[in-house]
Amino acid sequence: MREPVSIGLPAVPGPDLQELMGAVARGDSDAFAGVYDRVAGPVLGLVRSVLRDPAQAEEVTQEVLVEVWRRAAHFQPEKGSAMAWIMTMAHRRAVDRVRSAQAATDREEKAALLARTPAFDEVTEQVEARLEREQVRRCLRTLTERQRESVTLAYYRGLTYREVAELLALPLGTVKTRLRDGLIRMRDCLGVSA
Amino acid sequence: MTTVDLHTLTGAYAVHALGDDERDAFERHLAVCEPCAQEVRELAATASRLGLAVATTPSPALRERVLEQITTVRQEPPRVPRQGRGAGAVRSGRGLSRFVLAACLAAAVGFGGVAVWQHGEARDAQRRAEQAQDRSERLAEVLASGDARVISNELPGGATATVVVSLEQGRAAFLASDMPPPPEGKVYQLWFDHEGTMRPAGLMDPGARDTAMLMEGPLDGASGMGITVEPPGGSTEPTSEPVAAMPFGV
Ligand SMILES: [Zn+2]
Repeated sequence: MREPVSIGLPAVPGPDLQELMGAVARGDSDAFAGVYDRVAGPVLGLVRSVLRDPAQAEEVTQEVLVEVWRRAAHFQPEKGSAMAWIMTMAHRRAVDRVRSAQAATDREEKAALLARTPAFDEVTEQVEARLEREQVRRCLRTLTERQRESVTLAYYRGLTYREVAELLALPLGTVKTRLRDGLIRMRDCLGVSA
Repeated sequence: MTTVDLHTLTGAYAVHALGDDERDAFERHLAVCEPCAQEVRELAATASRLGLAVATTPSPALRERVLEQITTVRQEPPRVPRQGRGAGAVRSGRGLSRFVLAACLAAAVGFGGVAVWQHGEARDAQRRAEQAQDRSERLAEVLASGDARVISNELPGGATATVVVSLEQGRAAFLASDMPPPPEGKVYQLWFDHEGTMRPAGLMDPGARDTAMLMEGPLDGASGMGITVEPPGGSTEPTSEPVAAMPFGV
């Protein structure tokens, strides 16, 4: 069974994110402040998980939020939620940064990634964020260990699937399949529709 | 990379795990494959949930910096969708219309259909299935090819015809939507145009209003294609005026 999608966290009173994005697209900077309050925490958390360097993470987060302002008119609500649009942008930016910075990361450092679990250990006050975290964790547990490994390395660490394959000594096709199957299982568990 | 492979890249694409070349190739595929595009939307939304789970609390200073910076940043205007659909309009990339997407679906059904065929008893049915499979794979390959050139044309009577040409693969695909049925007892025949000399390139299914087919035979330097109405089984050279002629512009 699919639960309704709740993706507008953290909970901040007032109009919802989609409405705010409409106003931002028309140049409303007050509405942008509202968008900031709803998305800055998730964006920073995600970017930091990929970059791991707090100063760089803040820098990229700032870039992402300014990009949200700049490109607000390109957001198409019929193609998905504003949160998904912004988080996708954030992930893309973080990944671009990590790949340009460490074009030649040595294998050892990558191997160290294996030992780390995603950064779920942040202290966040918002109840909604905590609930979201619990739900995602619960759903991650429904993946096979192999799927979980591939998904978290690619998403939280920003590795390409080739890097994941190399790291896990797996054929490329296997990693592709695991990424897709893992995300599909997450989608169904979280009840995401788009 | 075959198209079967391409369809499995949705997950890797949604988490930005493709290299640049593969990403570009897959984005071209997404432009013509609605099932993949839909799956990507869902998996990207799913991935963003993973991101929400690691939310943290930013410093008040960051908020100030961002809100200050946007006062100096000009916003981009909304993108105006391109309308150019005139005769021979060349389009590429995103925004291909419904019937191109239908073509991808047709190809996908083709793959899925093989299992059914393989349970068929007649040996020749199996052979036909293999040929169909081969054709639909090649069709999908042309649609997804890196150098695909898309020529679209509105035909008299409101039908839309599109040719996807891949020089790299030396093949062309033909797609049509809302084709009026051919005159009683006739078929539409496709032709490759070599400076006015027409080479047969296959027959449209007379019962189909929407079609997606691989044009028969290699491009071989053809400069365009044409469609004529012919007797059943087709002709070796056109016996009627073309209902459409589409230069490839290459
Ligand atoms: Zn596809």
